[in-house]
Order: sequence, then structure tokens, then C-alpha cells
Amino acid sequence: MRALTWHGKHDVRVESVPDPRILNPRDAIVRITSTAICGSDLHLYDHTIPRMKSGDVLGHEFMGEVVEVGPGNSRLKAGDKVVVPFVIACGRCFFCGNQQYAACDNSNPADKADMSEALYGYAMTGAFGYSHLTGGYPGGQAEYARVPFADVGPIVVPADIEDDKVLFLSDILPTGWMAAENCNIEPGDTVAVWGCGPVGLFAIQSAFILGAERVIAIDHYPHRLELAKSLGAEVVDYNEVHVREALVEMTGGIGPDACIDAVGMESHGFSADNILDELKMTVKLGTDRPHALRQMILACRKGGRLSIPGVYGGMADKFPIGALMEKGLSVKSGQTHVQKYTAKLLHMILAGDIDTTFLISHRLPLEEAAKGYKMFKEQQNEVTKVVLKPGVAVH
Amino acid sequence: MQERTEHTHSGDAPLAQAKQPDATAIPEAGPQTRPDDTIVGRTVTINRPRSELYAFWRDLSNLPRFMENVKHVEVVGPDRSHWTVKAPAGSTVEWDAVITEDRPNELLAWASTQESTVRHSGSVRFRDAHGGRGTEVTATIIYDPPAGVLGKAIAKLSGREPKVQARRDLRRFKQLMEAGEIAISHPDEEPVDTPAGPLRFT
Repeated sequence: MRALTWHGKHDVRVESVPDPRILNPRDAIVRITSTAICGSDLHLYDHTIPRMKSGDVLGHEFMGEVVEVGPGNSRLKAGDKVVVPFVIACGRCFFCGNQQYAACDNSNPADKADMSEALYGYAMTGAFGYSHLTGGYPGGQAEYARVPFADVGPIVVPADIEDDKVLFLSDILPTGWMAAENCNIEPGDTVAVWGCGPVGLFAIQSAFILGAERVIAIDHYPHRLELAKSLGAEVVDYNEVHVREALVEMTGGIGPDACIDAVGMESHGFSADNILDELKMTVKLGTDRPHALRQMILACRKGGRLSIPGVYGGMADKFPIGALMEKGLSVKSGQTHVQKYTAKLLHMILAGDIDTTFLISHRLPLEEAAKGYKMFKEQQNEVTKVVLKPGVAVH
Repeated sequence: MQERTEHTHSGDAPLAQAKQPDATAIPEAGPQTRPDDTIVGRTVTINRPRSELYAFWRDLSNLPRFMENVKHVEVVGPDRSHWTVKAPAGSTVEWDAVITEDRPNELLAWASTQESTVRHSGSVRFRDAHGGRGTEVTATIIYDPPAGVLGKAIAKLSGREPKVQARRDLRRFKQLMEAGEIAISHPDEEPVDTPAGPLRFT
């Protein structure tokens, strides 16, 4: 089959690789019809996430048609149209039982789990197409993918629904939703969102649905701020104004009740060298740049709430722990428990309460995936989301 | 992972003197230790009842399903088993083992017989986890040095230290018991040779 493979910094290629096959009883094989490039794929593109191997198949936002199921999977059948969560979760461990799917104990292969256990104290959960820290599972920017634990992960969607309407159930819509949910929004709240990429934009939508009275969006790309405005947010361009002063002014001196960091480590993550050192010796992580996080700790109102869906990997310098404590802020974070949200969000999409199609700026054949990465990396104002279509001819 | 290292020991202090707050975590049974013995203990919480986990382990022929370097265990009597274990350069070594202690749903210990060339022993303990979270499983594996060179070679297959091996074996045991299968991400990385069970069916 054809697949987008990683070969190094800014070197991704569409190549022919072996077709996936069923390896475990609960597996399914999905023929992919739509697959998106995620902002977090750019961390791999920039090689700021360690433990990548040349030839790794990328992609963790995908959907398609089930073509084969393992003998232990009685929930799916060939022909089902499914969206696949980026988190791989067994559904049966203590964490899955608590709907903390992104903390699943069993999806990272035993021989891969050592790495992240050394880093974080506990092994990371498996994920598609995202380095060998999270299991080294081949991803979904390909014609086919093997989906482990397919009896708990993929959500079956109506056969006649357009891919574009449901594709983002795989990651960014649940991620935006959980980001807003983690704000514990109360009536009258003002929520500030740093970063108007896909997750930030979906967090804006979700915050309104969850009852926020106002949402203030912070970015510097004019087009992304326009999109935020079209969703009902007030906007702050950090190139134009001092963000904290603007937020204080806009909230009558109180500050936002809740703040969302939809920026993360800004591609200045932890370096591979440091991780390798660490595996040999001791914890010595690289330094993340939590610029947005610092800003929101200072801007948030006293007793307010911080939600961090943005990805971090290492350590942070100059973290304002004093402000966090003295102001009595609460913090929620984490990879998204996608499986917890897919059914609810699908229902909302089908009811017309949420539309995510506005985000898609470009659709390309899978064969042009490398071009898609370059565009997404270099033209962040215009390129808000690239969807790749396997099997579509290049014109 | 809900795991913690219970006890790791490669020096010459006898087990009884190990600075371990919970001495009951150390199996009372099993062979005496000697200098350079490799003792590896590791605890993992598994979201299944004690009786189920004990029963699976008590059938020693199940061990190759999650123990990477154990190729085959044939149960030849109520307490006796014949082990085939991977050795360097694609060869194997074999020995007989007997159950040395068997407390149903609590503890199982085994050791190679006197006449075996490789002295090997192990034990596994099952305790109810707090908060209804299933069972705490602690496994201890000992390679006895009289067969030292070969024993260590076996233990260090693929360059793996015994404690790494034990940690990964226990993770696989947990995966198999909880999820019903062992997580793998690539077909060429299938880590466990499984003569029976759900892993190989294609």
C-alpha cells in the first residue's frame, strides 16, 4: 500500500510499504478514506519528538471502512464506516474503566513502555503514528491501517455521512471539547483561549456550548483570528496589544475565569539527545517553552481554572508556581480520552449542534502528503487543516 | 502502569536482611541465595480476581505466552514440568522444575531439580489489591550461578538484564489477563512465541 513515511527532520515521503494485517484477536483493518495532518504531526516533522525511526508511518486522525476484523472482535464488521480515535485503549484496565482512556495501561507494547516509564514514572499509552514512545504503531496517513482493540476504539458513523463532517472525532474535536470541559465552566464565565489552531477553535465552540458567556481568543494569524471571531469569540492579536493588559481591561479588572493553553510546547520541545541520555543515566529533559502557559497563569482570575490541552514533553523553566499557588488556581491537563467523547460528539454533529467542516482549508491526494506537511508548516495563516484522500489521483 | 519495583538485588546480602518495609512481599519459599544470584521482584496490579490469575499461572504451560525467553513448558506431573528456554545463537537449554510451594490463589514457587544443569527458580505471589482494583502480583525470578555463565547468558538474551525481562514479562502477563491479548505494534516485533492461545491465528 501507499503511506506517508517519516525519514528525518522535514523529510516525509509517500512510499510503498507492506499492507497491514490482523495481528491480535481484537484487531480490525480499516481502508482509509480520509486522514488529516495534525498540528502535533508538525512536532514529528520538526523532529522535536524523540524515538522516531526512519520509515515510520505517520498519522493519527483517520477514518474509513472496516475491511477485516479479528476473531475476537464481535462489535465491528466489514463495511462499517468508522472514525478511529488516536488513543489506543484496551477498554478493560482500571484506567479505561474510569474512562481515562489516554492512560490505558495495556496498549503500549511491553518492550516500548520502558522509555516513557523512565521519563514520566509511568509508561505512556499507545497512539497511532506518534513515535516509539507511544508504541510505534503505524499511523493512518496511508491506504490501510491496523487498529488494535478495535472493539472499543472506533466509532461507527452513518454510511451516508460525509467524511469531512466526522473525521475530527478522531482527535481535535474531542480534544477541544475536553479542553473546555476541563474549565468547569459556570454561567457568566469568560474563557480565554491561547492559540486559534484547530484545537483552539474547537475549544471556543465547545466553551460556548458548555455555557461560557464570553470567549476571548488569542493568536496573531489574521485568518485564524477571523475564524475565531466567526465562532463568536472576541479576539486579541498578541502582535498588536499586551495580552495580559488587554484581558484585564476586557474583564473589568477581574481576569478570565478560565484559560485554555491550546499552544503547547510550540515546537520547541524536548531534544532527542536529552532523552537518550536520560535512558542511560538519569532524568535530564529538555526545556519546553511554556510562553502561553506562563501568560495565562498570570492573566487568570484568582481562584480560576487552567486547562492545558497543548502538548508538552519535558521540563519548564521559570514556571510561575508562586502565582499559581497564591492565586489558588486549579489545573487540568492531559492527552484526550477520545473514546469517552466520541458518541456524545457524534450525536451533536448529527443534530447540527457542532460543525467542524469550516476548518478544512485544503484537500489533497495522499500522494501529495509531503506537500501538505510543507504547506501546513510554512503557511499557518491560510492552511488551517489539510485532509488527505488515499486513492485519489493526482491532477 | 500501576507498578513498583518490589526488590532488586544482585549483591550478596541475604534476602532476609534486605531493607524492605513489607517483608511479606518476599516469598518465604524458594532456594537460598548466593553471591551474584539475580533476584528480581516486581509488582503489578492486574484488574482481575486472584483465583483467575493464580489458575492461569499454575498451569505452567501458559508461561511461554508472556515470558519472552521461555519457549515451551511441558507439564509432566502434578508438580513437575520440563522447560525449554531460548539460549544464545538460536539454541535452547532445557531443565526440569518442580513446584516447591503451592498455596492456591496466594503463592506459587518453583525450582529446577537437583540434576538440572541450569539452576533456576521463581515465585509469584497474588494479593488482593486495595480498593477493589483486582490483584497485586509480585514475581521473583532467580538464576543460580553454579550454572552461572549459561544462566546469565539466558537471562541476558537480546542484551536484556533479568530485571528488564521480568518487568516486560509481567507487563505482558497483565495485558494478556486484562485485555485478552498482548499489545504489539509491528508484525516483525512479535515478542512472544506462543504455541497456544490467542496470539497466533493467522
